Amino acid sequence: MRAWLVITTVALLLGACAEPNATATPQIKDINVFAAASLTDAFAQAGDEFAKTNTRVRFVFNFGSSSTLATQITNGAPADVFASADEANMQKIVEAKLNDGAPSLFASNRLAIVVAPANPKNVSSLADLTRPGLVVVLAAPTVPAGKYALDSLTKAGVKVTPASQELDVRSVLNKVALGEADAGIVYVTDVLSAGARVSSVAVPEEQQVVARYPIAVVAGARSPELARAFVNYLVSVEGQRLLAGFGFSRP
Amino acid sequence: MTRERPPLLVTGLAVIAVAFFVLPIAGLVYRAPWATALDELTRPEALTALRLSLVVSLAATGLSVLFGLPLAWIYARVPFPGRDAVRALTTLPMILPPIVGGVALLFAFGRTGLVGQFLDAGLGLRIAFTTAGAILAAAFVATPFLVLTGEAGLRSMARRYEEAARTLGATRWHVFRRVTLPLIAPALFAGAVLSWARGLGEFGATITFAGNLPGTTQTLPLAVLIALETRPEVAVMLSLLLLAVSLVILIALRDRYLRFS
Repeated sequence: MRAWLVITTVALLLGACAEPNATATPQIKDINVFAAASLTDAFAQAGDEFAKTNTRVRFVFNFGSSSTLATQITNGAPADVFASADEANMQKIVEAKLNDGAPSLFASNRLAIVVAPANPKNVSSLADLTRPGLVVVLAAPTVPAGKYALDSLTKAGVKVTPASQELDVRSVLNKVALGEADAGIVYVTDVLSAGARVSSVAVPEEQQVVARYPIAVVAGARSPELARAFVNYLVSVEGQRLLAGFGFSRP
Repeated sequence: MTRERPPLLVTGLAVIAVAFFVLPIAGLVYRAPWATALDELTRPEALTALRLSLVVSLAATGLSVLFGLPLAWIYARVPFPGRDAVRALTTLPMILPPIVGGVALLFAFGRTGLVGQFLDAGLGLRIAFTTAGAILAAAFVATPFLVLTGEAGLRSMARRYEEAARTLGATRWHVFRRVTLPLIAPALFAGAVLSWARGLGEFGATITFAGNLPGTTQTLPLAVLIALETRPEVAVMLSLLLLAVSLVILIALRDRYLRFS
């Protein structure tokens, strides 16, 4: 028992030591980017692209539901940039006077029904999500993706009883990709990012909800000029092209 | 024991250590909406989570006693090859990050998991996203507390009463029920309470394995997280409630807990 504890402790310590060296070059600056979970893949790549021309920067991403991130920022989390999947959560930052400059819209997104590869349950519409025995997960109504999903379901005139209200949209995607759930409502960009692990069913135009993504530099950013440069990059032609590659639409 | 005058540095560091643990509690107390405390705690979402948490944590404690006590008995009484390794495996959830436990549970009992696929296909039994799933997640992290405490109790009890009862012709079951159990009752109780407290606080394995649905799998800790973004007052009051429960348990068990740890 004791030996086991020692082994575990040593393993944990070794793991901690294996973290990237924090004192590599002194002039490298960290930018803490707090971004909606749906931006996970796009921002990871955007960070890499941006770092090609700004070699002094290192990105530290915090992906989560926009509502969680907004709560963290209003409670003093050291964010330099905040990218939200809805305007309501950006508004919380603005109301707390924690934005440095007006937020700008940089992308938009649309909803899709995510299902297992090849759609074995033959889901063809939002109304199908009410089918008994179908395990449907949604994002929690506190999370942008959950709100959008409810708006969309309301437009379709259906009421879905989810098996779970996940904490962010990527958890919804994962529960379907892992086969735990039969269907979920996510963004089209999430479906794209999951590749062959999932299939999707389009949500018709009249039931669609457009998610608008605002971004802002957070007041008190440690390197506001770099943070602003990253925001500018995202709204630039190149940035927009990169986002389009991940399935995002123009704002 | 003579009272020793502690070096200033030691006292200073110790005071900082105490502050480190007390300040977060003070922070909660400071933010608590005392005027509306009862209203916040009796909001439907709080009550639903409270009720579910009681069901889940008590059921998990029941499971931990049902399966953990026999395990503790074997560990204490039956030497077998690889016992330390097996004990380590069954103790792992105590130090394993709960979210890892949740992922592991998912890959074992989830719909496509090692065992779960047969449960689903064969029996139509689905555990993920159900209250049973939340109970399983809580039992997974809570049972080791009962096993370790139970084993310690069994090891430290005097065996001569059992031997006397056996010589007088009592069956093994009778001896266990009338002699062993009463003797280890304090340890068993402490273990059950500790495992209940651990089950009550379970978050990571639950959210990963059982999901989050009010009334079904949204236990108190999950409700705290959700409420933090919608009604922080409810989150603070629920946190204080969980904190008070933990504190009461620790104080009530102090002597026993220290003795067995």
